[in-house]
Amino acid sequence: MSLAHDAPRLAVRPATLAQRPARAWPEVNHPAAWAVAAILLIMPLIASGFFLIEIFASTLILGTIALSLMFLAGYGGMVSLMQLTIAGFSAYMVAVFGVSGNANISLGWPWWLAVPMALALATAFGTLGGALAVRTEGIYTIMITLAIGAAFYYFTNQNWAIFNGHTGINTVATPHFWGVNWRADIPFYYIVLAVAALCYFAVEYLARAPFGLALQGVRDNPRRMAALGFNVNAHRVAAYAFASFVAALAGVLQVWNYRQISPGSVSVGACIDVLIIAVVGGITRPIGPFIGALIFVLLRTFALDFLVRIGLDGNRFRLLIGLGFLAIVFWSSDGVIGLWQRWRQRRGADHSSGGRSHG
Amino acid sequence: MDSVARRLSAVGAGAALELRGVTRMFGALAALTDVTITVRPGERRAVLGSNGAGKTTLFNCITGDFPPSSGTIRFFGEDVTHFPPYERIRRGLRRTYQISALFPGLTVQDNVYLACRGVSRGRFSFLRPGQNDALMHAADNLVQAVHLSAVKDQRVAELAHGQQRQLEIALALAGAPRFVLFDEPAAGLSPTERAELIEILTSLPAHIGYIIIEHDMDVALRVVESVTMMHNGRIFKEGRPEEIESDPEVQELYLGGGHE
Repeated sequence: MSLAHDAPRLAVRPATLAQRPARAWPEVNHPAAWAVAAILLIMPLIASGFFLIEIFASTLILGTIALSLMFLAGYGGMVSLMQLTIAGFSAYMVAVFGVSGNANISLGWPWWLAVPMALALATAFGTLGGALAVRTEGIYTIMITLAIGAAFYYFTNQNWAIFNGHTGINTVATPHFWGVNWRADIPFYYIVLAVAALCYFAVEYLARAPFGLALQGVRDNPRRMAALGFNVNAHRVAAYAFASFVAALAGVLQVWNYRQISPGSVSVGACIDVLIIAVVGGITRPIGPFIGALIFVLLRTFALDFLVRIGLDGNRFRLLIGLGFLAIVFWSSDGVIGLWQRWRQRRGADHSSGGRSHG
Repeated sequence: MDSVARRLSAVGAGAALELRGVTRMFGALAALTDVTITVRPGERRAVLGSNGAGKTTLFNCITGDFPPSSGTIRFFGEDVTHFPPYERIRRGLRRTYQISALFPGLTVQDNVYLACRGVSRGRFSFLRPGQNDALMHAADNLVQAVHLSAVKDQRVAELAHGQQRQLEIALALAGAPRFVLFDEPAAGLSPTERAELIEILTSLPAHIGYIIIEHDMDVALRVVESVTMMHNGRIFKEGRPEEIESDPEVQELYLGGGHE
């Protein structure tokens, strides 16, 4: 390959200048993205309360938890199985500091005090867990974070003073202010949508900011990152802190959604569900976890009826998810997103735009 | 202590790099034994030796990739023996790797931008660089300096070998390097690319010293003023290029040994 590129260099200049503004903000100029955004915004006009909450709000909450895993795994190369645990911890803290039916446990703080407290504690919890996990790599990171998740699950089962054992904390109060019951279907849907969108755009934005770029550098080659002046472990711990905050936000929404939290919500199986959601959707881009969550929630909700109708045990919906998981991992290492991108590339090979992936 | 070091270097106190009795063990195997080297600021030196002579281990000890088992390393007067690699880099030490150590998932521009960011503030910045970001311009200039402007928006995984080697050098020149370790920069390059490499090395600002590991004598001896020969983890001979080239012992050991 020749080293002198004098002629092309001149031609390239204007193109790079034109690309600069794209750097400043996520790629939201795609028509499909606008269509999805519009549909999500007018969803309450289309969907019934059941769909709004059980399908779409649940998808967005689960998707946000999986998004925190996508951030760590996709950009940082760290597969953390404790993201659901952090969300669950945050949910428990909302119940413990806020108002609930278990007056002997809950401190009765107003939601605007209990929520920041829960977010801070859950972020600290996840950062500490991350500080342990970054001393390891690959499968050991998975094992440590899974161990933290399992330990928390058994702890909540056995601890009655704070976590109320296996019964958990019930009738958790939800915010009412400005004369609005924010847990009513439509207001709650918009809260969930706003938080999920905020997290999504934050992750998308961060991927091109110095912190996110450096995290991708750490993923690709930690040793070289150290040789460029980066404190690799500090960077990884900071990534855990950010991801923990995202998971903690989702945890608050989760406890408001169900108005209760019990060990069943933080079981090891649920931790692994988050991994499945992220992998099925695709961990290379922030949209992947939401797609994975939608597939998961749809299967969870409707596969049961479908299976019963064809004469099988309804609980077999996990079988469907498992088969889907196998198929995805087998055919596309970057999930549904990867399938979609490949399909588009094949279709639009002549369109020079091509999928601009940075993950 | 940082300010002391800076004052020392300001008065030109001695060496850019000073290794005293550096030994590195891998289990019972001594990869480096009692290596003592002093390199002046701005000095350009080649380290020669056959495979397994300990050249790359020497680099790894200097940068802290592997800390030495014993001995001390001073960088511009400051004892950096127990510093993690990133602290040494932030003080102006740089290195390239024998096997390109790049970020294949990122673009050329992003690779160089990371290198610039690593030796400046704001490594944890959550804000994207704006249009007039100084580091973005610095990265642009570096990309241009190693003739990669035409491929700056391509992912590194898609680059040809020669281009990856050039990017490897660009990463080591980010910020304000004071001393660079080049680990076989010419490996796998075509003759044209070698000429280009020699030009890049010789046109570095005079205050930037370097050590270069290079098997290709044509490259190595044209870009250095002193040579250190290594053999079995020890310093075997030091001198000017022509002295080393004509030394009968060296010829027997290395040059005549079937190597280039």
